[in-house]
Amino acid sequence: MGPLELLAFSPPGWGGVLLRALLTSLEVAAGGYLMGLLIGVGGAFGKLYGGPILRDLLEAYTTIIRAVPELVLIVLVYYAGTDLLNRLMAALGYARLDVSGMAAGIAVIGLVQGAYSTEVLRGAIKAVPSGQIETARAYGMPPFLLVRRITLPAMLPHAIPGLANLWLIATKDTALLAVVGFTELTLATRQAGGATREYMLFFCAAGLLYLMVSLVSNVVIALIERRARRGMPGFSS
Amino acid sequence: MREDNAEAIHAMADLIDPEEDKGAKSESWLKPHRVVLLLLAALMVALMAFNMRWDWLPLYWKEMLGGLWVTLALLVGSSILGFAMAVPLGLAQVSGPAPLAWAARGFCTVIRGTPLLLQLWLLYYGLGSLFPQIPWIRGSFIWPYLREAWPYALASLTISFAGYEGEVMRGALAGVPKGELEAGRAYGMSRFTVLRRIWLPRAIQRALPTLNGEIVLQLKATPLVATITVIDLYAVISDVRQDTYIIYEPLLFLAFIYLCLTGLLVAGFRHLENRIPTRGV
Repeated sequence: MGPLELLAFSPPGWGGVLLRALLTSLEVAAGGYLMGLLIGVGGAFGKLYGGPILRDLLEAYTTIIRAVPELVLIVLVYYAGTDLLNRLMAALGYARLDVSGMAAGIAVIGLVQGAYSTEVLRGAIKAVPSGQIETARAYGMPPFLLVRRITLPAMLPHAIPGLANLWLIATKDTALLAVVGFTELTLATRQAGGATREYMLFFCAAGLLYLMVSLVSNVVIALIERRARRGMPGFSS
Repeated sequence: MREDNAEAIHAMADLIDPEEDKGAKSESWLKPHRVVLLLLAALMVALMAFNMRWDWLPLYWKEMLGGLWVTLALLVGSSILGFAMAVPLGLAQVSGPAPLAWAARGFCTVIRGTPLLLQLWLLYYGLGSLFPQIPWIRGSFIWPYLREAWPYALASLTISFAGYEGEVMRGALAGVPKGELEAGRAYGMSRFTVLRRIWLPRAIQRALPTLNGEIVLQLKATPLVATITVIDLYAVISDVRQDTYIIYEPLLFLAFIYLCLTGLLVAGFRHLENRIPTRGV
């Protein structure tokens, strides 16, 4: 079979399998990224405004997660996490849970991303001039409105480069799930290569797909960045 | 009311002297709540030590030392080789002829846009299946090495480091003030001497803090080589898990080792940074 036939979308070709796997990768990346963002917002506000105990616990979380290789964390959370969950269910008298690979993958990527977004968002919030927040307080703005109207929009230009990096890292970190046997793009590619002995062709095709994702992401990020910076003094793009 | 004032004054002090809270941190690191947290952590560790199985640890220490050596050798080798590649990559992008600049930029984009695991498997499975089909390679002296896994691991770690560090070097080279280079030329230095004596040293000074972070990332990337049968620290621990059917302990131990390695790297680079970059500036 020629390369075009091998990459065809219908079954003798592997194109459809690769595209579906790409979709799985993107779903896990997006889910993990959003979960990381939620952890990050909580973590950043906790680190900046929380009590001393909460701050130290968050510090331990970000330090450990950022110092240990993602692969080790993924294997640890993937196996140990599901095992602990099942032990907990058994202790409470429920039946075993069959944790789907997708859910476990999202949880793992989210936990890792959370540590990094905590740091990115903390830095961004600190970069907002404290006078702006104090002015809003002096006007009697309630805390939630203050976050929504002042802190979030003012910190966004500082946070976007870091958050963009995190998104690109998330799309590539999903490849690590191949090691625990979750069929995303990289593992599907290896399976296609193994079945046809055409490793070079399939790995190059997968590389192109990953590259497309990051190039398209870059374009979208540039648009978001320009919008977030509108009307901001001191940010020339 | 008074408390609000105190807060405002503190906020102003932060604005005037952002270093202030750093000094305060080093003054009294040990606070009452930290003592409690540390005691709780110690209790947890003690519970782990008694409830978990650590009998495998003395049986495998030789293999683990071997794996640690492989991990460190890959880290040091790929960092040095990768940095040696990154300098020309950065130079080509900043002042090379257009085709070279484009090629270097394309290389960095492709490396940064694809996962390392994919690059590793591309080299090992892809190139590894192509090489035997080329007759002159089979006859050459590198053939025995190409049949092992570690050259592929070293190559892909090196290439990935070069891709990331090439971007850093591009920024660092572009950031050196033009006047310094012109001054060198005015003194009658050749272009190459300017590069060797002024441009590169000044650029490397600028790149050093980022290099620290990149090398930590590189350390965290090394366990991937276990997927192509290189026996590094991670692979040894995976073997322990398969041999003994113990789920948690080996992985926790591994995470602890990497935590220590990262801490050592960061501390070492902080020490270096405090000494080298300021020399003669």
